[in-house]
Amino acid sequence: MAIAISVNGKEHALDVEPEMPLLWALRETLGLTGTKFGCGISACGACTVLLDGRAVRSCTLPSSAANGKHVTTIEGLAQDGALHKVQRAWIAHQVPQCGYCQSGVIMAVAGLLAQIPKPTDDEIDAGITNICRCGTFARMRTAIHDAADSVGVAS
Amino acid sequence: MKSGKLKKWSRRAFIGAGTVAGGGFLLGVAGFTFAPSRYSLVSADAAEKGQLTTWITITPDNFITILIPHCEMGQGTPTALAMMAAEELEADWSLVRVQEAPALDAYANGYIVRAAGGNYVPAVMARGVDYGAYKLAEWFGFQVTGGSTAVRSTGEYGMRVAGAAAKEMLVAAAAKQWGVSASECTAKSSRVTHATSGRSATFGELARAAATQPVPTSPALKNPDSFTIRRTSPTRLDIPSKVDGSAKYAIDFTTPGMSMLYAAIEMAPAHGGTLVSVDTTPADAMPGVKKVVKLEEAVAVVADSFWRARRALASLKPEFSDAGHGDVSTASIFAAFDKALGAPPDVPKNAAKVVTADYRAPFLAHATMSPMVCTAKVEGDRAEVWTGVQDPLNARSVAAKALGIPAANVHVTNFLLGGGFGRGLPFNFDYVDLGVRVAKAMSPAPVKTIWSRENDIQHDYYRGAALSRHAGALDADGRPLAAHSNYTGGGNGEAVFMPYAIAAKNAKEKKAVHPIRLGQWRSVLNSQHGFFKESFIDEMAHAAGTDPFEFRRGLLGDQPRFKAALEKAAAMSNWGTPLPPGEGRGIAICESFGTIAAEVAHVAVSPEGRLKVLHVYAAVDCGDVINMDSATAQVEGGIIFALSAALLSEITIKAGRVVEKNFRDYPMIHIADAPKVTTAFIRSDAPLGGLGEPCVPPLAPAVVNAIHAAVGIRVRELPIKNTSLKKT
Repeated sequence: MAIAISVNGKEHALDVEPEMPLLWALRETLGLTGTKFGCGISACGACTVLLDGRAVRSCTLPSSAANGKHVTTIEGLAQDGALHKVQRAWIAHQVPQCGYCQSGVIMAVAGLLAQIPKPTDDEIDAGITNICRCGTFARMRTAIHDAADSVGVAS
Repeated sequence: MKSGKLKKWSRRAFIGAGTVAGGGFLLGVAGFTFAPSRYSLVSADAAEKGQLTTWITITPDNFITILIPHCEMGQGTPTALAMMAAEELEADWSLVRVQEAPALDAYANGYIVRAAGGNYVPAVMARGVDYGAYKLAEWFGFQVTGGSTAVRSTGEYGMRVAGAAAKEMLVAAAAKQWGVSASECTAKSSRVTHATSGRSATFGELARAAATQPVPTSPALKNPDSFTIRRTSPTRLDIPSKVDGSAKYAIDFTTPGMSMLYAAIEMAPAHGGTLVSVDTTPADAMPGVKKVVKLEEAVAVVADSFWRARRALASLKPEFSDAGHGDVSTASIFAAFDKALGAPPDVPKNAAKVVTADYRAPFLAHATMSPMVCTAKVEGDRAEVWTGVQDPLNARSVAAKALGIPAANVHVTNFLLGGGFGRGLPFNFDYVDLGVRVAKAMSPAPVKTIWSRENDIQHDYYRGAALSRHAGALDADGRPLAAHSNYTGGGNGEAVFMPYAIAAKNAKEKKAVHPIRLGQWRSVLNSQHGFFKESFIDEMAHAAGTDPFEFRRGLLGDQPRFKAALEKAAAMSNWGTPLPPGEGRGIAICESFGTIAAEVAHVAVSPEGRLKVLHVYAAVDCGDVINMDSATAQVEGGIIFALSAALLSEITIKAGRVVEKNFRDYPMIHIADAPKVTTAFIRSDAPLGGLGEPCVPPLAPAVVNAIHAAVGIRVRELPIKNTSLKKT
C-alpha cells in the first residue's frame, strides 16, 4: 500500500516498504539528496528533516510514520525563492566547511526555532546534538542567535 | 566549460629550470628538467576558449574560470587558490568562478607539492615515492590534496605565476591592438587601460587575442604591500550550495538516464582476512536483490535500493578468516610497544632532578561525516567512476589496477568530500577498489556502493596508536640538561622536533609491528608527538618549579617565531591572572607543515571530575594569510577536531578486529561541549605554512596541561575520558 506524504508542499504516493527509513525514500525514491546519510542509528543528525514542523532523524524513522504528514527537507526550506532565516544566518557567518552535516543541522535549528523562537545557550546545547566533524560549532551558535534575532521568513 | 573539452593538450612553452622565479625553483628543486610548466600547458583549442594558462580561462562575458587541481573538503582551498591567481591577474573578484580540475595528467600536482617542500617529502605522499630516483612517473600520478600543501605549493608556485602570466598576456594583447607600448598599459579590476589615450577594454574582450600571445617566461609578481584581494575575507564560493541542499557529494550522484543499482558491503573484520564461505540463499530471495557478489575479502549485496541491499546483507552470515590475527588486541599491541621501548633513555649523571613519564595515544578513525561511496560503471575494458577522494588521479590508477585495464580507460569524476582529514588520500582507496569490483560483477550496470558507518569505523586506515617513554634532567637551578624520548607506534619524522634550547634532546624510534592498517590522520605524526613532547616539557617545568609558559619562553631565545607565537597566545589568554578553584590554563606550541601554532586551553574541572574546556586561544604563524575568515575557520575546526579526539576518541582492537562500530561507541563532541575559540594570526616573513592541520597537535597537550593546572592530575593517556579527574 502506498504511503501518502507531502514533501516540501508536494503530494506523493510512495510505493516503498513501510519499514524503509524515510531517509532512503526521500533520497532514492524522490531524488531529494540534500538530506544526508551519516550513521543510520539516529546518532549524528545528518538526516534531520521536519515532520509536521518538528525536527526528526529520518534514518531510523519508518516511511510509514510519515503517512499523512508533511515533510520539509532542506530543499523545501526556502520560501518563494527567499532563503530561510537560518540559511541566511549560515551564509552570513560562513558556517559550513565540508557541508555534509549542515543540511541536518540547519533543519534541526529550524525545528528548534519553531519551538523556541529565542533559545538560550543552554536550550541550544540541549536541542542541537548533531555531529559536525569539521567543528563548526562556535559559528553555528552565533548563527543560531543571529537567526533568532532576525525578522523575516519564518519556517 | 565541460571537462570533455579538455582532452587535447599542447605544450605551448617550456620553461627551463632557473628561468622563472616560481617555476625555476620548482623545476630546479624537483630535478625534473622536462616537467612542463603548470601555467603554460593548455588545451589545443585554447584560443577559441580564451584559455590563457593551464588553470585560467576568461570567456567573452568577462567571467574568469579558475580550474583548481585540488579538492574541496571544507577547508576553503579552491577559494584561497582562486584569490591568489586573481590577485596577480588584477581580476574583479566578483567575476571569478572556480571549478575542480578533471582527473587528467595535465593537472597532476605531485611534483609541485614536492618542489614546494624542498627536500622534505610530505608524509601524505611518502608511500608513493621512490626516494632514490625521484621517479617522474610516480609524481605524475598524484593530484593530491593533503599535507596542508595546496596554498603553499600550488598557490605560491602555480596560481600566482599563472595569474601574473595571464595578466601580462592580456596587457600585451591590448597594447598590440592599440599600437602602444605594454608598459603604458595597466590592468585593474578585470580591465586593461591605456591612460594616455583613454582607451580601455575588459579582460573578456581581450581574452581571445591574449590567448595567442607568447607565454611570458618571467612574469612579475605583485609586492605583498599592494595586495587587494588577499588578506581579505571574501565569502567562500562553495557555501551557498551547502545551505540549500544542492551541493553534490559522491553519495548524491545518480547516473543520468540509467537505472542505477546499489550495493551494501561487508568486509573481512580482521584486515587481511578473506571470505571463507557465505550461504547466499537468504538474500537471494529478498525483494529488490539482484545479486550477491563474492569478492576475495568481502561480500556485497546488489539491489535496486541501498536499504534493500543492506537489509539483505544483514540476512547473511558470511564466514571470514582472521588472517592469523586472532590474538591481536589493544593490550597485546601496547605490551609489544612497552617491550620495544625498554628502559627509559639515559640522562646525565650530574642531574639534580630526573623526570620520567610514559605517554600513550590510541588508534583513531577519521570518521568523516560522509561514509565512503564509490559509483562505477564497468563496460569491457572501460570504466566510469564517480567518487569523493583527495586525489582523483591516483584513484583512477587504483580503479584501473583493480579492473586490470589501462588507467587511460578509466574516467574519474570527483565530488565534494564530506570531510577528508586524510581518509581520502592516495593508498586509502579501498572503497574505490571494492566499488569497481562490485560494479564489474554487474557490468554494464552502474552500481553505487555505499559504506555503512560500521564499515567506515571498522575499516579505516587508522591514526597509529603510540607509546612514548621520556626521561629529562634538570640542574640544581631548575635548568633543563636533557629531554630524551624513545617512542614507538607513531613512526618517524619531523614531528619529534622540539624547539627548546636543551643541550641534549634525542628522540629515537623503536620498532614494534602490528597488523592494524595505518594511514594519515589530520596532522599525521604531529597528532601523537605534539601530545608527548608538549606534555613532557610541561612536566619538566613543574619539576623545575617554574611557570610552564615562562619555562618554555626561557628556552626559545633562538627561536623568535616560536617565542612570538607563545607570547601572543599567553597574552590573549591573560596568562597568569587568577582563576577560580577548579579552573586552569595550559599552554602548548607545535610546528607542523611550516606553521607554528601556540594554544592556551582554559578548562574547568568539577568536584565530581567533570571536565569542561571553556576557551581555547590560538596564536598562529603561517607566514601570511590568504582568506582571513576561512583561515580562522580552519583554526577553529582543527581545535574542535582535536578536542573530540583528545576527550573521547579511541579505536580498540579485540581478536584482530576493531571493536567500535558507530557514533555511539566512537562518540564525538557536540555543540554543548565546544569551547569558545579566539584566533590571532601572526604575519611573519616566513614562507607560507599550511593551515588545515597545524592547529590540531597543540590542543591535546594544552588541555591536559590545563587539567594539571586546575586539579593537579596529570593525564598521560588519551583519550582523557580514560583518566579519572576526581580529586582524591
